[in-house]
Amino acid sequence: MSVQNPVRESPVPAAPQTPTAASGASSAQHPGSPVDAPPAPSGAGHRPTGGRPTQRTRRRRPLHLGAYATLLVATVVMALPLVWMVLASFKRPDELYSIPLQWLPQNLDLANYVQTTQSIPVGQLFLNSVGLTVVGSTLKLLLGLCCAYALVFLDFPFKRAVFVLVLFTLLIPQQITIIPNYTLVAQLGWLNTYQGILVPGLASAFGTFLFRQHFLSLPISILEAAELDGAGHWRKLWRFVVPLSYPTIAAVALVSVVAEWNDYLWPFLVTDDAEKMTLPVGLTLLQSVDGMNNWGVLMAATVLVTLPILVVFLFLQRRLVAGLTAGAVTG
Amino acid sequence: MTSVSAPARPAPPDRRPTIPGRRRPSRPTPRAVRTWLAFLLLAGPNVALLLVFVYRPLLQSFYYSTLQWNMGSPTARSVGLGNYVEWFQDPTTADVMATTGIFTVATVGGSLVLGLGLALLLNRRLKGRGFARTVAFAPYVLSGVAVGMLWLFIFDPRYGLLSAGLRAIGLQSPDWYTTSPWALIMIIVVYLWKNVGYVALIYLAGLQAVPLELKQAAALDGASSARTFRSIVLPLLAPTTFFLTVTTLLSSLQSFDIIQAMTKGGPLGSTTTLMYQIYEEGFVTGRAGYASAVATILFLLLLVVTVVQLRFVEKKVHYA
Repeated sequence: MSVQNPVRESPVPAAPQTPTAASGASSAQHPGSPVDAPPAPSGAGHRPTGGRPTQRTRRRRPLHLGAYATLLVATVVMALPLVWMVLASFKRPDELYSIPLQWLPQNLDLANYVQTTQSIPVGQLFLNSVGLTVVGSTLKLLLGLCCAYALVFLDFPFKRAVFVLVLFTLLIPQQITIIPNYTLVAQLGWLNTYQGILVPGLASAFGTFLFRQHFLSLPISILEAAELDGAGHWRKLWRFVVPLSYPTIAAVALVSVVAEWNDYLWPFLVTDDAEKMTLPVGLTLLQSVDGMNNWGVLMAATVLVTLPILVVFLFLQRRLVAGLTAGAVTG
Repeated sequence: MTSVSAPARPAPPDRRPTIPGRRRPSRPTPRAVRTWLAFLLLAGPNVALLLVFVYRPLLQSFYYSTLQWNMGSPTARSVGLGNYVEWFQDPTTADVMATTGIFTVATVGGSLVLGLGLALLLNRRLKGRGFARTVAFAPYVLSGVAVGMLWLFIFDPRYGLLSAGLRAIGLQSPDWYTTSPWALIMIIVVYLWKNVGYVALIYLAGLQAVPLELKQAAALDGASSARTFRSIVLPLLAPTTFFLTVTTLLSSLQSFDIIQAMTKGGPLGSTTTLMYQIYEEGFVTGRAGYASAVATILFLLLLVVTVVQLRFVEKKVHYA
């Protein structure tokens, strides 16, 4: 629990919803683990079980059946489309287009995946997506860390103004910037280039904001000690501040990874060369113009786009959810 | 002796602050320059990127909105507020605003109601709720176009999962892609599916912050659970509800991926929202000036929402 603190605390001065989002982060700390079942009786889990809760449970028992049924329906509605996507990606055309629905594919036929790789350069798209996501998230993280460090630990006259400048960008939607940014990128000759996809979205506003909130909560004495040791700013940042910020860094990094991987509008606008596209953009290439979609191939490609993020989500759920719900505070 | 030692004592602590104080005018330059340099190196790149790729386009977009100018064209003609006048007079504007309004109200209202219901369910001590929470949140992290694509298959009027389900209960699937109210309904359903888990998770956190004592006190007073929910839980969730209203409103007004993957604004513009109109005018029709005017209108709309939020937040700070 205590490891989580930095992220939980970080957006505190931002808005009153923070406790909400913050505890949202904490509530997601034990996702699906059996640990969270016993100590959480109907919400606030402060109280050890007394006589009354048992009574209430007993009175509610008939309702439990309805609750379980609803939970089951909700889970099926949320999960079935994803299961259906995976199943469909292995089906042969006659299994896909059979009128009494065929649930399971006869065997794990990879023909749809093979055909996907023949229709779009999947390998190249995958490399593009991985490369842009890794490089983009890393640079974004670095920019955010450095900027937040300067905003918190450097004594600079216009610090406040710079912070407001960073903060205000959170209120500017991407939509209003796309036409001028597209024009600029085109003038620079950056259409269909990696830098054209990457650079315009590189600046870190949300990350800077979260890092700043976290840095403000760090014990100042540690940095003073570092200063007495004669450590410069660069060394202070990497040797003292960063090691104390791993949970926040992990949350921001994961949010960036998900956002970069899923980003669609901008890469879609600046690329029309399949060799430079990202996976989500390439996915829409497979859609046919006349509406007669080849569902097997499309579902195989959809699996390829979603699977990496699903894996990240399942393994790093706690940190990712912490970052996403903290991100919500600032919109 | 004592009179001498008395002033001697405060002297050492007194000297410490005076020395840097006295030195400040004499040697500020090297230290200040170092700080300047450090600030420039650390904050400079990020600030420069923000200025070039956020603030510059913001201002430039205002300027573009006063031009009659096609994307990529070397010539532009200043038309003042002509683009705005045209937008307000264009008969399709009413349709676009109606679509935007329906989509926004349905997605915001729907995700709040369904999200709260899901949160109430997940807040109960049920086996498997951890798994359900994971499953409910998963779609939120997936690519919007992938989600759109996958649901397009489910909505397939002949071979889709949904049409099979409708057939099973004796109904015929409407032609979701090509008939007017259904396409918009389809988009709304998919948007809800993708985002409901996020709303539920935030509500769940809010629910877990409701003090158990309050609920117990209400139960002792003989309040039914429905009454407790209405009179105690719901009012305590008000800040959460407000926050979620604003965030879902902002993201709903800006949604693009699902529409692009599923309907491309069609059939006959019936799923063209304000956001989609910007893309369509700017990058399909190529009227960049007009599109910039629409973008400015959307920006102002979003700004109003945010300002309302900030003002409300100021008042509500002590409540939360």
